[in-house]
Amino acid sequence: MTGRQDRVRDEAARSDDLYARLRRFEGRPAATAGVGKDPVNLPMIRHWCEAMGDDHPAYRGPDAVAPPTMLQAWTMGGLSGHTDRSPDYDALFALLDGAGYTSVVATDCEQEYLRPLRPGDRITFDAVIESVSDRKTTKLGTGHFVTTRMDVHAGGRLAGTHRFRILKYAPARAGGRPPRAEPPRRPRPVINRDNAGFWDGVAAHTLLIQRCTGCGRLRLPWLPGCVDCGAQEWDTVEAGGAGTVHSYVVMHHPPFPAFDPPYAVALVELAEGVRMVSNVVGVAYDEVRIGMPVRLEFLRVDEELELPVFRAGVAAEGSVATGGGEG
Amino acid sequence: MKPGEELPPLSIPVTRTLIVSGAVASRDYQDVHHDAEAARAKGSPDLFMNILTTNGLVGRYITDHFGPRARLRKVAIRLGAPNHPGDTLVLTGTVTGVDGGTAQVRVVGANGLGHHVTGTVTVTVPADDGHLPADEGHEGEGA
Repeated sequence: MTGRQDRVRDEAARSDDLYARLRRFEGRPAATAGVGKDPVNLPMIRHWCEAMGDDHPAYRGPDAVAPPTMLQAWTMGGLSGHTDRSPDYDALFALLDGAGYTSVVATDCEQEYLRPLRPGDRITFDAVIESVSDRKTTKLGTGHFVTTRMDVHAGGRLAGTHRFRILKYAPARAGGRPPRAEPPRRPRPVINRDNAGFWDGVAAHTLLIQRCTGCGRLRLPWLPGCVDCGAQEWDTVEAGGAGTVHSYVVMHHPPFPAFDPPYAVALVELAEGVRMVSNVVGVAYDEVRIGMPVRLEFLRVDEELELPVFRAGVAAEGSVATGGGEG
Repeated sequence: MKPGEELPPLSIPVTRTLIVSGAVASRDYQDVHHDAEAARAKGSPDLFMNILTTNGLVGRYITDHFGPRARLRKVAIRLGAPNHPGDTLVLTGTVTGVDGGTAQVRVVGANGLGHHVTGTVTVTVPADDGHLPADEGHEGEGA
């Protein structure tokens, strides 16, 4: 065993040990009987609305309510800091800080508003450490996600719930990265001698299926030889464009640059009998169904990339000539 | 409102003033939201918007569209690329479900770096008589 392997093993063991210690905080209080430093009040509501550019009439006048999205603001410690945090929460943060996860960034906020907050309402809150993740590596760096769930009360009645997730992490690199000038682009297809004809077809708005000239078997994606008879000779047939959803998955996580989850990834069976993985467009991700008729079209992703995709909600038996819509 | 309806986009210039005033209005005095030097020392190229401001802007986008009677029921957001000064946040929304007077809207806020925020908002719009057809018991199918 090399020194490097030893170090990797030691690090992994330390990480497992840390995670076991972090998980002991799950279910423990993050704040108990916290009190909002100010009651709900019109000046803070007005300052919020000015900052957000929000001129909703419900947030003004004698019957004003607070913007519901201010829920967390009423619980904030401000410059004088939090006095309500539990010893458990402080200990959890000290443990993460001590392990080198010194930076913090908020990643998720889920709020439900049960009753409107009105000027004069006194805010109290209780929060629990809901979960601590195992060690995750993100673009920012490596760390642990900590999720808390808070109940916010006004005048003793539950007014809203607030689930909040932060990443406590060790920055990937100090000094920062320059902001990228362009939005992320979809990955490029890997084009080689064996599949170049397929992408030439896509560029010409045709979907070409390989056909073995030995036994006639159709194949997609393209391969150098026939899986049935082994022949290496082939020609192509153009797909008519009709298909059905043979199967699909919905991608929620992890997010990839240039993709916006959730989205459906479908295995489409073409009328010719071969199947291909693609996107279904023209229908919400949660409305894609097995057996759904779809029709080929070409989606222009950016100035250099077009992709064959399948549109739902059009007649499956349409004429071939209208198949190549300009996505 | 009906499923599939797309809301008109809202473009918001991400200025230092917006980032700092949003942080102060939400009582968030983390230095990375008002002090560019401190933000750089912590590995960020510049100061960046706090999550409470993003939450407020998402809520405003929805109520701006659905009008003066619109009432937010749930806002669930996830942050991605940071909002730095000089960028533009473009919010877009799609109605994904309607139950009586309550709609679920999927919101995406994109900036020059990618998706700053993705989320789901549940909003109730009472009928003209002020009655809330979906006042209680209409929980969404999950965000």
